[in-house]
Amino acid sequence: MDQAIRRLGAFVNQGLMGMGQTAVFGVVVLRSLFVPPLRGRAIVAAIYDSGVLSLALICASGLTVGFVLGLQLYYTLSRFGAESSLGTAVGLALIRELGPVLTGLLVTGRAGSATCAEIGSMKATDQLDGLRMMAIDPIHFVVMPRAIAIVLVMPLLSALFILFGIGGAYLIGVELLGLDGGSYVSSLESAVVFSEDVLQSLVKALAFGVLLALIATYRGYTCEPNAAGVSRATTSTVVTTSVCILLADYILTSLWGV
Amino acid sequence: MGLPGSPASHVEVEDVALRFGRRPVFKDLHCAFPRGQISVVMGASGAGKSTLLRLIGGLQRPDRGHVRVAGEEIAGRGDAALSGIRKQLGMLFQNGALLDSMTIFENVALPLREHENLPEDEVVRRVRARLEAVGLPDVEDLLPRALSGGMLRRAALARAIVMEPAIVLCDEPFSGLDPPNVSRIEALLRDLNRELGLTLIVTSHHMASSLRMADRIFLMRDQACLSGTPLELAQSQDSAIVEFIGEDGAEYLARYASGGEGGP
Repeated sequence: MDQAIRRLGAFVNQGLMGMGQTAVFGVVVLRSLFVPPLRGRAIVAAIYDSGVLSLALICASGLTVGFVLGLQLYYTLSRFGAESSLGTAVGLALIRELGPVLTGLLVTGRAGSATCAEIGSMKATDQLDGLRMMAIDPIHFVVMPRAIAIVLVMPLLSALFILFGIGGAYLIGVELLGLDGGSYVSSLESAVVFSEDVLQSLVKALAFGVLLALIATYRGYTCEPNAAGVSRATTSTVVTTSVCILLADYILTSLWGV
Repeated sequence: MGLPGSPASHVEVEDVALRFGRRPVFKDLHCAFPRGQISVVMGASGAGKSTLLRLIGGLQRPDRGHVRVAGEEIAGRGDAALSGIRKQLGMLFQNGALLDSMTIFENVALPLREHENLPEDEVVRRVRARLEAVGLPDVEDLLPRALSGGMLRRAALARAIVMEPAIVLCDEPFSGLDPPNVSRIEALLRDLNRELGLTLIVTSHHMASSLRMADRIFLMRDQACLSGTPLELAQSQDSAIVEFIGEDGAEYLARYASGGEGGP
């Protein structure tokens, strides 16, 4: 029993230390944003890597999720004769929850893992130490542009995911199942409140972006400098960020309700 | 071999102790690297040669002791506080450590663009001069992955010297290279030392090159180090030194001691 309590204590202690160290790292990255030069070109390049290269994935996923939502919700609502509310149901589900959460998980798998692996392999091949020896701060030169890019692209990708999702559900509901297009759009328009739903969606996406940027860059920056270490850090980035996004989604939703 | 040290030392490591977990790496390590000379650090694998360079570069903090570069204490200082001293240091990493997302030109130009407020044509001139000095005039637009091991090492050397540092640290510059590339890099390092008066601290396993180019040799052994000139090394009766040098090295040193062919 004593042994089990000790192990639990050590596990909790380790977890809290990890959270503390990640937070301190976040402050260092944030502070480096205000140190000149701004690294605008590096930020734009990182936006291309994390954002533009994720476009196909986000659009295809959004469209597919829209198809499924359109189909499932149409048949569910039609049991109650409420199929004209398809726009409302799809819009609110995508804008409030599915858009930011699924985008967060997708971007974690694509851009978050890539960012962690890139920084980790730079560490393993002495590129970060090489920068240090040239009196160049690797956090300012490597980490900050990638972290800022992830934070910036997440709300944009989430918005795009939602648009494609709504479009996908429209194609299924209106074009395939014969629902009136006007009622789909008008129910969507009347149900969604910008200051509540859209703002909540953007805040969530931004928060998930901050979580992903912090965890991916921290895990890459502090990984063991070898192939196995980079691999472990990449896996850990995906798992930890996914859990954190789902947890943060619940917390933000409940806080918003209050 | 004599005690490590020199009155005109450029880099001093004094009373340094370091452990990695339970494994002691250094215990009361003392060594002083003379200004304007080529010092070659030798020793068995795991003896701490690369760690010694990392200590001098401030990439590794000692558990105890002092590391002075150009008279300035660096032990225990953070990256920001080391920025000034690192501009006087160039480091050639074993694998080059060039940024793989940048071209060779951009890699070599990086320290100039970061620290010197130079017009672009001056940056271009200096980078091209350095690339020519290391015998790589035609690789500017290539990415590091397009270069062979020897070319990569020379491009990294160009980056290490582009800021005209006073001290260059070279970690195993000959490892994994074929004989022509070993000779080329050896000649480059000797030219840099002679023409620019750089202090070179080189770790190496390559006995013949080390003995040819070294003004002073540091032998890492038992978490400490012994130092001396190649001549002193040749005359040593210490069985561990004799064993480490081996037959090839002993033959070369015998020729060197008698003033024959092969001496520096």
